[in-house]
Amino acid sequence: MSRTSLHPLTMGLLLLVGIAAPLLFPAYTNQVAVLWLMIVFASTWDILGGQMGYNSLGNIFFFGAGMYTSAVVQIGLFYDVGMYTSGARTTHIVFTTTQYFAGFALGTITGGVAAALLAVATSWIVFGLRGPYFAIGTLGVAVAGAELMASWEWVGAAAGISMPVFPGAPDTQKLFFYFLLFGLAFVVLVFLRWLYATNFGLAINAIRDDEEKAEAMGLHTRRYKRTAWTIAAFFLGIAGAIFGNMTGFIEPRDIAFPTTTFNIFMILMVLLGGKGTFWGPVVGAVVFHVIKEVTWTYFLGWQFIALGLLIVIIVVYFQQGIVGWLMEKYPERFGIHIAPKGKEEPASAIGLAPHPEGAK
Amino acid sequence: MNDAIIELTNVSKSFGGVIANHDVSLTVQRGAITGLIGPNGSGKTTLFNSIVGYHPIDSGSIRFEGREISQLRVQDIARLGLLRTFQTTRIYGKMSCLQNMQISVPHRKARFSDMFSYGRTEVIERAEHLLAFVGLYEKRFLRAGSLSFGQQKLLEFAMALINEPTVLLLDEPTAGINPTLINGLIDRLKRANAEFGITMLIIEHNMRVIMNMASKIYCLAHGEMLAAGAPSEIQRDQNVIDAYLGAH
Repeated sequence: MSRTSLHPLTMGLLLLVGIAAPLLFPAYTNQVAVLWLMIVFASTWDILGGQMGYNSLGNIFFFGAGMYTSAVVQIGLFYDVGMYTSGARTTHIVFTTTQYFAGFALGTITGGVAAALLAVATSWIVFGLRGPYFAIGTLGVAVAGAELMASWEWVGAAAGISMPVFPGAPDTQKLFFYFLLFGLAFVVLVFLRWLYATNFGLAINAIRDDEEKAEAMGLHTRRYKRTAWTIAAFFLGIAGAIFGNMTGFIEPRDIAFPTTTFNIFMILMVLLGGKGTFWGPVVGAVVFHVIKEVTWTYFLGWQFIALGLLIVIIVVYFQQGIVGWLMEKYPERFGIHIAPKGKEEPASAIGLAPHPEGAK
Repeated sequence: MNDAIIELTNVSKSFGGVIANHDVSLTVQRGAITGLIGPNGSGKTTLFNSIVGYHPIDSGSIRFEGREISQLRVQDIARLGLLRTFQTTRIYGKMSCLQNMQISVPHRKARFSDMFSYGRTEVIERAEHLLAFVGLYEKRFLRAGSLSFGQQKLLEFAMALINEPTVLLLDEPTAGINPTLINGLIDRLKRANAEFGITMLIIEHNMRVIMNMASKIYCLAHGEMLAAGAPSEIQRDQNVIDAYLGAH
């Protein structure tokens, strides 16, 4: 297996699955759409958390930032945002079809760009930190984002914003957002396939394995770390913009910056699937999403206990994750070569007394 | 002394009440192999760390090719061409040997777009050539972390070579390596010095190795420079002998 190939066959298969799913199982369109969102969450978290070894607890910040930026752009293009979000507003506001789609397109792109810019800005603070301090520092960024939005009247504060209504039938709406989220997930996966095959992949892996060594070798570690963080932020910003429009209503703590749900899910999915592997986050997202939907449907009221149990099981017994475990078991299939144990430097080659284990 | 490539003048460094280096002065000549010896805890590694910018020094001056570098950060110094290896070998354990080499190319001219370039053929050829030079060519696709300690040391040395340093600081290159590999390593260090023109400053405990390689040797004891001179002079220096045997 070479790192440089983009695996057109697997990617083509993925494309086929993505297109066929809503046609074969129309009843589950929304669930599968959210699954693609989960794959975006997991794969972008893994850039830092898995490939670079920086466990971020604040990636959700960019999701919320993208969501709020797109909302402000979509509304602000045609109306006064303060008036629109005001609780005292009595007039009913309707967006025409053109207004909706123009605003949506512009809002989504701006959401991604704004999230990326915020990533560049915050990177100067958070990358002064390492290990657990980095995790807590990034969590601080996410919590601060939620609290800031919750107290900002202009964007609706804690009451949130009702997004422009989709101008079309509910079924069209479902498919529209399904294909947007699927498209995003697909683009993210193809992009990461390419990214990990370039020097960038090697560099962030080097930072994960030994950052001090990378510094001592003159690697531009800060530049790589900042760029990795910005890439994750860009895609999360776009995801946030799409998801905000999909739910139709956004508010800071539970939808835009859900630090205790989506934010934890993205880490959990990566751990479940396998940190630092390309398919790990995808597999983790699928398994996790199924578990989550089942517990939410059949064990309502107990779902968070089931979730907590899952966290404990993964962290205690299954740290390497599904794909990580497979790679450990069958390393050759993944193109990993391990030196045979005990066979290196045979005593004859060294010309010394035989090793104790070599005596047999 | 115009061809001095590294000049340390009165460098002092203390950690709290512990004086690790006190008024240490040292010169490394361009193209030469210079040795740094001293009993355990005499401040050799601290001096190395000071030179490569790992921690700031308290006073004194460190000049590399005439330029003051005591205020620069680790990466900047490395990009100038002053590279160090570690006493406890450090390689990228989960990557293959070849990948370890590919990411160790010189970064001094790296532009933003270089972050996203593929491994170039000439880089891979050079990496394979240097892996062959240290005798790890057959193991190039193996995961670096699964190599033996001695092989990891060789890999670290090859990684340093592909970085094309002007000066290489080696912290105990032969520690923990079996005697056969040591001979091979000495041979390769000498060849790297002669063929690639890399100036070397080597910390070493193995007297046979360092006396054999270095043209000039500095001896540290209790953080101070005890003696300096040619290997034959150092071997006969009573202060050095006392420092090693613990006499006062």
